[in-house]
Amino acid sequence: PSFMALRFEILGRFNRARAAQLTLPHYVCQTPLFMPVGTQGTIKGLTTPQLEEIGCQIILGNTYHLELRPTSELIDEFGGLHKFINWPRAMLTDSGGFQMVSLLHLADITEKGVTFQSPVDGNPMLLTPEESIEIQNRIGADIIMALDDVVRTTTIGPRVEEAMYRTLRWIDRCIAAHKRPNKQNLFGIVQGGLDPVLRDICVKGLVERNLPGYAIGGLAGGESKDSFWRVVAQCAAALPEDKPRYVMGVGYPLDIVVCSALGADMYDCVYPTRTARFGTALVPEGVLKLKNRAMADDTRPIDPTCICMVCKNYTRAYIHCLVTKDAMGSQLVSYHNLYYMMKLSRDLHSSIIEGRLPEFVCGFLQIMFPKGDVPEWVCNAMEAAGIDISPCLRSPPSSPVTTKQSLI
Amino acid sequence: MKFSVKAWSKGRARVGILQLPGLPVSIETPCLLLSTRKGLPHFLSPDLLSSLPSPDSHLLQVSPLHFLEGLSTKTISNIGGLHQMLALQDYGFSAVPRDSIVCLPESDASNKMGASFETPCGRFLIKPVEYMKMTSSLGPNWWVSLSDEVPAWVSEKRNKTSVDRTVRWLDECIMSSQTDGAVFGAIVGGCSVEERKRCAAEVMKHDVSGYWIGGFGLGENIDERPALLDAILDIVPEEKPRQVCGLELPEEILQGVAAGIDIFDSTYIYQLTVGGFALTFPIDNRKTHAISHYQLCDIGSDLTKINLRAVVYRKDDSPIVDECGCYTCQNHSKAYLNHLLNVHEMLAQILLEIHNTHHYLGFFRSIREAIKSGEFLEFHRDSTVNEPRLNKPSLKASFHHRPRRRLPPSAVPPPESPSFNSNQVENGGG
Ligand SMILES: [Zn+2]
Ligand SMILES: [Zn+2]
Repeated sequence: PSFMALRFEILGRFNRARAAQLTLPHYVCQTPLFMPVGTQGTIKGLTTPQLEEIGCQIILGNTYHLELRPTSELIDEFGGLHKFINWPRAMLTDSGGFQMVSLLHLADITEKGVTFQSPVDGNPMLLTPEESIEIQNRIGADIIMALDDVVRTTTIGPRVEEAMYRTLRWIDRCIAAHKRPNKQNLFGIVQGGLDPVLRDICVKGLVERNLPGYAIGGLAGGESKDSFWRVVAQCAAALPEDKPRYVMGVGYPLDIVVCSALGADMYDCVYPTRTARFGTALVPEGVLKLKNRAMADDTRPIDPTCICMVCKNYTRAYIHCLVTKDAMGSQLVSYHNLYYMMKLSRDLHSSIIEGRLPEFVCGFLQIMFPKGDVPEWVCNAMEAAGIDISPCLRSPPSSPVTTKQSLI
Repeated sequence: MKFSVKAWSKGRARVGILQLPGLPVSIETPCLLLSTRKGLPHFLSPDLLSSLPSPDSHLLQVSPLHFLEGLSTKTISNIGGLHQMLALQDYGFSAVPRDSIVCLPESDASNKMGASFETPCGRFLIKPVEYMKMTSSLGPNWWVSLSDEVPAWVSEKRNKTSVDRTVRWLDECIMSSQTDGAVFGAIVGGCSVEERKRCAAEVMKHDVSGYWIGGFGLGENIDERPALLDAILDIVPEEKPRQVCGLELPEEILQGVAAGIDIFDSTYIYQLTVGGFALTFPIDNRKTHAISHYQLCDIGSDLTKINLRAVVYRKDDSPIVDECGCYTCQNHSKAYLNHLLNVHEMLAQILLEIHNTHHYLGFFRSIREAIKSGEFLEFHRDSTVNEPRLNKPSLKASFHHRPRRRLPPSAVPPPESPSFNSNQVENGGG
């Protein structure tokens, strides 16, 4: 396919890492970037101007949920999801397949597509690659995802190989079904489990199709962190330089820093907003559990270094009395958490461009692991990424601390 | 606090100016106090609150009882009180013991020591000293004394006791107050004109800045109200503001304004919002409006509001009210709101609270304009909100049947924190 509805310009590199400008039909984005998940046409508890203020560039919609309610037909009548929900910036929809397999009982994958039991009337239904693309064409997101054959990352044996080859067969059906290639970008998804040989075959097969972008799928599903980063590193290295790379279902701030160092560009995860609803805030040190009783007397902001609307205005104590009880608790913590993710994306972007990614990564790790106990997998990944993190592995000298304490 | 009456209509309705120390603008009455949960409007963070008409939206009601569990009075004082804690320095707060939503007086359990309340943290007996300790740490612009509110059906004896206690507690509250906020003396007396008068006369003997009239919306007949309100407003001094609780619906607001009430403490917007309702009645009824929003198939709707859950709005790409200038109407369709309600998304409540607040504040503005132009009687008489309801599932059920919450039978969702359980659908990309 010669059509492409995006432009991907690399603005700066640091070894494998890159900072780019991704021009989509609805927005010019800066990568690396994190995409918050707006399952049903809204990011829970936030208005569109708030999302813009936070700095969200792309939001994700879930095809399976949107097809159930309000249906892609209705969205199409309204001129697409952008207009229906009044979101001016970019959007991405998934294929719907993963949702079915993970949410529905009796979902089964055959060569035709994903068969499942309708949650409405219990009748057997079939989602083919063609239908997934048709639905996504009606929804109208800037980036649409190919239907893939997903297996759990913990699956081993011939099923992994079968799924990988089927994903390759289905990509052609997706490409053929795609009616709006000049308005929407179809991304292929690299499968192949934890097997480097299968991943390699899948990458090569997809790259031959010259797609506008590629996703690394089948991760963040319970595999070891060491397997996780190795798959990302391998795929990112093999995918074309001039196309965006999206690691699906990731994640945690640490994972995003590691994947970006390895050359990935895009991420999505429900984590920041879901954890917010349980009263957990993302902070440079890791997480802050606002439900904790100690928060009741803490008059500091969630993150004293954060300049978001919530941290500028509210104390941990006040948010403590809201979280998990009042809607406002989840609204405020979601706001902060997404702000944190966007700030992380921006910091990665600028530190790559300014050639100081190692300094940024070291600073990040030092705050998160003040004792220098950076996990082994992060050390391994950073070595592969050519980023020297030795300054933050040194344990802080313990004697001065004791001296200070004894002085008090 | 400074208050002065600026204009009178024929009758008792009046426009006043309320000036609060620290507030850069003065606020005209009759006005609405926005109901809050722990000081912030239920679904509006301060950035959204600031998009509402100013200064009309700058008065908030807060119940000190909301902080019974969670925050100590010491921590609240350390933070610097309400204005600082909520980052709403330019707003005026009125502290009232109850919130009329989840924190309600439980008269059976009240005794001579204090008033009992059902709250989300259980039942509490609050003594005047404790109430003032909480209130003083919050530092509201004005506060209402603790009262022994009783429903309409209690015995004469119990009603008398409630007046005696309320008057005594006013003394105790004033004595134990550590805040420079103004005091509003609570007036109760149930459905007895005599007791209402007695209570008002006793409260007037105290050094109070205004009056708070309680004990309404607790099972009394709506037709009894004018006489009860008149009994009080006949004797309290004209130059002090009068606040009322329990008059909430548009026609009740008009009734209160007609009687000479200045400040309304109402949870109507919250009730509408969690029920999926949007206000649509013409704010300025001197304009002739075709009633375009009313649909028979639209269950729960009437001449003042629509139920956005109704199937008729599924494909309706128009805003709630065409000429409405609120953020919701300027940016979103009824169809989107219908979808958000269908899938239990919190944004529905956020958008509805914005519109309903905007709309109700507009209604109050029209009332003030009508008073200033001397046409309030006509405004009251001609108002659409008085017209008989066609489907009458009123937002008010009788006190006997509720008393937790008032919701129309058609409103399905649980009122507190709609769509706020943590296991909602939200799924990643795969
Ligand atoms: Zn923040
Ligand atoms: Zn509106």
